Amino acid sequence: MIRYEDVVVRYPRAAKDALAGVRVEAPRGRVTAVVGPNGSGKSTLVRVLLGRVPVVSGRLLIDDAPAASFNRAALARRVAVVTQREELAFPLDVREYVALARYPHLGGWRAPGGADQRDVALAMSRAGVEHLDGRTVDTLSGGEWQRVRLARALAQGAEALVLDEPTTFLDIAHEMSAFELLHQLAGEGQAVLLVSHQLNLVARFASWIVLLHLGRVAAAGTPDDVMQASVLEGVYEWPLVVTRDPAVGAPALLPLRARRRP
Amino acid sequence: MRASWSRWVVFVAVLAVAMILAVAIGTISLSPVQVWNALLGRGDPTHVTVVRELRLPRAFLAALVGAGLGMSGAALQGTLRNPLAEPYLLGVSGGAAVGAVVGVALGIALTLLPLAAFAGAVAAIAVAFFVAHAAGTRGDARVLLMAGVVVGAFANAAIMLVLGSAPMNVTRDAMWWMMGSVAAATWAQTAWLLAYLAIGAGALLGWARRIDLLALGDDSAAGLGVDPDRAARRIYAAASLLAAATVAAAGLVGFVGLVVPHIVRGTGVRRHRPLLVGSALVGATLVVLADLAARVLRPPSELPLGAVTALVGVPFFLVRLRRLT
Repeated sequence: MIRYEDVVVRYPRAAKDALAGVRVEAPRGRVTAVVGPNGSGKSTLVRVLLGRVPVVSGRLLIDDAPAASFNRAALARRVAVVTQREELAFPLDVREYVALARYPHLGGWRAPGGADQRDVALAMSRAGVEHLDGRTVDTLSGGEWQRVRLARALAQGAEALVLDEPTTFLDIAHEMSAFELLHQLAGEGQAVLLVSHQLNLVARFASWIVLLHLGRVAAAGTPDDVMQASVLEGVYEWPLVVTRDPAVGAPALLPLRARRRP
Repeated sequence: MRASWSRWVVFVAVLAVAMILAVAIGTISLSPVQVWNALLGRGDPTHVTVVRELRLPRAFLAALVGAGLGMSGAALQGTLRNPLAEPYLLGVSGGAAVGAVVGVALGIALTLLPLAAFAGAVAAIAVAFFVAHAAGTRGDARVLLMAGVVVGAFANAAIMLVLGSAPMNVTRDAMWWMMGSVAAATWAQTAWLLAYLAIGAGALLGWARRIDLLALGDDSAAGLGVDPDRAARRIYAAASLLAAATVAAAGLVGFVGLVVPHIVRGTGVRRHRPLLVGSALVGATLVVLADLAARVLRPPSELPLGAVTALVGVPFFLVRLRRLT
């Protein structure tokens, strides 16, 4: 389980806090989604986990122990993170790239064994990228690359998975299958924390949504609690209606055309 | 698997051939049999002296210089995620040269010269990072290279200031050294260079997996269990030690660290532990051959080694730069 307790982050020379006391809980067995407009602090939340931002106060707990009590490799064995962007300076083979996920288990010198190779193969199969074996990552399409990155996170063998906009560049089929996979992983007992702009998909796949606005939690609850026109209009500053998906019954958001150009 | 083995066999074999050529060819050319006899101390005493005291230490020194520069370049490129990074272009070698010149001016022992060069190299890399940081674009490869070039130019100016007041013969020797040379190689010099390189190379090989992860970017490295800032600082230090030791031994030999890792990557090596080993072997080969060319292209005088490597390296740099922009 990942738990943020009143986390305050302020970047150097920034006028205000990027996160101003945020509480988010991502327990095992659930897809927890963090949504919010640009600049609301979603990615900062992920970077807190990576230890890449100055946390002024509050704390981050992993399985009820402060994240600071783990060394970085131990943390990487518990939480796998897919960051928003990643661009390789030097291309790797797809399998070689996915296998980097085993480093936190191997340390500096231990050679990967049969179990590591099995984990890599399984992760590639679950992310649907086995057929890309033998290619180098610089030859992949945006969607393929995104799925290979997901495979790497799965190969890390962590019990918590954190993803920052994992379905950017994916077409409908691949986006849906990625969300299905995350849902399935949560069903198997993993903690899945998902940062996304895709409110309608999130409403169908996540069982808990945290809406961030200006570094604060503006709303948190089940999709039905958070997907309220009154709440979302205030945060996104755009007129919208919330209807109900006729096929699955989940709340669905429909932004309206502006009456006049804003 | 067989393809990967054959690559290493080729790397080692080509280095061995280059070493044999470097020992056999010169003002006095020797047949393989004469080289073999001379190595064993048999045959013409002149041949024995030429091989054992002149050409062999020179070839070994050239090989070590190339190995150090190749590894340094491979580590810097991976850590900075920059295909144009190398100690010479980043100003690390220039800083090392200032350190070495100051060391000589202060009259420190020859075996400690690499440490003086190391201090200069670390100062140079710190200044280059400071400049790039001040420009607000730490991640931009081109800004860092520009900063490195500026630091290198500053280092050059500092050396000229020191040499300006030195006697003529000292100035001439120093200029020759700054253009890169292994002409004055001795076994003692080769031995202390080996000692310093072993420290830097050992450290880099130990941290090679961290370089693999840093090459993904700082955030991704952090997600895979590495403290990117601390790891990068250590790797810069080890790469600077390698470059500094070669500068103390052979002056400024540019572009080897740039070209060599690309050649090794071109054979399909991607991860940094094999890349470092391959860069050591190919770097050694390249500098041994460059030194051979420097000796034999315009007899009886010698070309500066740094000029020969630059003639190979600059066109290569331009091609890479075109791909980057």
